Amino acid sequence: MNDVLLRIEDLSIDYPIAIGTVHAVRGVSLEVPTGQTLGIVGESGSGKSTLGLSILRLVRAPGKISGGRVLFEGLDLASLPEHEMRRVRGKDIAMVFQNPLTSLNPLMRIDQHFFEVLKAHKPDIKRPEALTLIGGILTDLGIEEGRMRAYPHQLSGGMRQRIMIGLGLILRPKLVICDEPTTALDVIVEAGFIDLLKRLQKDFNLTIVVITHNLGLVAELADRIAVLYAGQVVEDATAQDIFHEPLHPYTQGLISCVPNIDLDQEKLTTMEGSPPGLVDPPVGCAFAPRCPKVMGRCRVQEPELIEHRPGHKAACWRIGQEAPHHGE
Amino acid sequence: MANDTPLLEVTDLVKEFTVRKNPFDKVLAGQDLKVHAVDGVSFSLKKGEVLGLAGESGSGKSTTGRLALRLLDPTDGSVKFEGTDLTTLKAEEMRLLRPRMQMVFQDPLSSLSPRMTIGAAIRHGLDIHNLGDKKDRDDKVKTLMESVGLTPADFLFKKYPHQISGGQAQRVVIARALALNPDFIVADEPIAMADVSVRALIMELLKKLKDDHDLTYLFITHDLATAKYLCDRVAVMYLGRIVEIGTKDEVFRHPHHPYTKALLNAVPVPDPARRRTHELPRGEIPSAVFPPSGCHFHPRCPFAVPACQEARPPLRDVGGGHRSACILN
Repeated sequence: MNDVLLRIEDLSIDYPIAIGTVHAVRGVSLEVPTGQTLGIVGESGSGKSTLGLSILRLVRAPGKISGGRVLFEGLDLASLPEHEMRRVRGKDIAMVFQNPLTSLNPLMRIDQHFFEVLKAHKPDIKRPEALTLIGGILTDLGIEEGRMRAYPHQLSGGMRQRIMIGLGLILRPKLVICDEPTTALDVIVEAGFIDLLKRLQKDFNLTIVVITHNLGLVAELADRIAVLYAGQVVEDATAQDIFHEPLHPYTQGLISCVPNIDLDQEKLTTMEGSPPGLVDPPVGCAFAPRCPKVMGRCRVQEPELIEHRPGHKAACWRIGQEAPHHGE
Repeated sequence: MANDTPLLEVTDLVKEFTVRKNPFDKVLAGQDLKVHAVDGVSFSLKKGEVLGLAGESGSGKSTTGRLALRLLDPTDGSVKFEGTDLTTLKAEEMRLLRPRMQMVFQDPLSSLSPRMTIGAAIRHGLDIHNLGDKKDRDDKVKTLMESVGLTPADFLFKKYPHQISGGQAQRVVIARALALNPDFIVADEPIAMADVSVRALIMELLKKLKDDHDLTYLFITHDLATAKYLCDRVAVMYLGRIVEIGTKDEVFRHPHHPYTKALLNAVPVPDPARRRTHELPRGEIPSAVFPPSGCHFHPRCPFAVPACQEARPPLRDVGGGHRSACILN
């Protein structure tokens, strides 16, 4: 149960552009145990999508992995030859993208999408076997088998998103990466998708990475959450700890600026300013310019991601100074 | 305040859109289809109030918002602004009323001309209505920019939309809506495109401006948590109809309509200790071209009885002005 399926070690990703190099991901380390769900949370430009793409080595050129390792079952994907990487993609690790309408080919029927995936990894598969597999997965998704003859535009948004996850799961991968899987969906459909993902996780012992800015979604799904800011993990803890006892001021700000339907909020916390540009990342803590608890040290020295409590890591100089039960 | 005439009163509003028949479709050949986008909607808004219109895609909430400003002409029904029926006004009369009612759309970058500086965009309404000389207008624009947090105003005045952030662009759109001192603003998903931290800033800004400028909002959103945070009253829409309307406390604490209950139950709460345990309604929102008979929600409703298929349930008072359209209430 608790062996680590995916371990990211000190991963950095750079995009060279005309005016310099964008350091989109800066030394990220994460672990995902088998059968668990990791939520990666961050705002636009935090590097969360780039990080997700890098696991499958799909970061688009000129972007490149400039350092670190992506260990999947002990195999370093970051340095795997491309032909071996192709065997991992789709088969062991699947990706579910944000917008199903742009990810599905409008000229292909649903069954053709599935055939394509199956053929790529099992060139010898016969049609009847393929049809049985497709029928089975559609049933798992709660879609009538007959709908495999439909074109994407003939399906509702919720169904299309279920097809996307079906395409990801047909080869029974061990790991599924979902990048903003529910942004295009209405609340009830979104809730249905969350239920489906949880059920599939249980049935197939799936390991899931969910990348999102939607705190409600990770609160429903994730066992652990990593909060990304300016390309770095600023906090990494269980979902409970992130929401109930966040240590990093950015996490605290993020959680209290979201309206919660269960609460009667008089005022939301607001965070002025915006994340720093990553061509020339600031010296010291990247959040310092916006941080309500900033001190002199924050602007000159970068805090390291340290385990402050068992299983609860955060990168902030303030921690320990404020929490007496951790005092030195 | 003491004036009893509501600022806005919408009565039995209907909007149908005709969908051109598809010549290749054998089943439907020969008939034009009608989408019943808004199907008999009534509500009123007092001055200074914030009414939330909540619902899923296709519920007709945006169409209702546009009808309220007569950006669309209704098929039937009336929209009264301070007692004047907008639907009977001539174009010129409507134009004179326009400054008093403004709209803020979802995507700020597509609401702004890429070729107009943001100062000029905010000033545009003042130019059109010829208010004051150029210097007065520019001064007014700069004051507005400061009041929505676009500082330093002198510096940003000359910027183009692509040179500012998405959050700043939404502030420009809000400042532009305020330029003509409106009384009434329809905000259609004004924060849906924004990042989490920007959303909170825009919401706080909208609250502050409401108090400073004595505004009345019709706030359209698919996010019930946002509606709860910003609105005084909430109307929940489903397939072109209001199924429940009341103060936010009533609607959120004591929802009566099964659809409202389903919607509230589906909202993901940002708290892992509060994970959802209830069942979801069956299926998905049906097509507005062929809506179900009777109560539109009956095919998905866990409590449906045969009578639900027969007649449209009226919005009935369930206590203290809180109304719900369900025969079981």
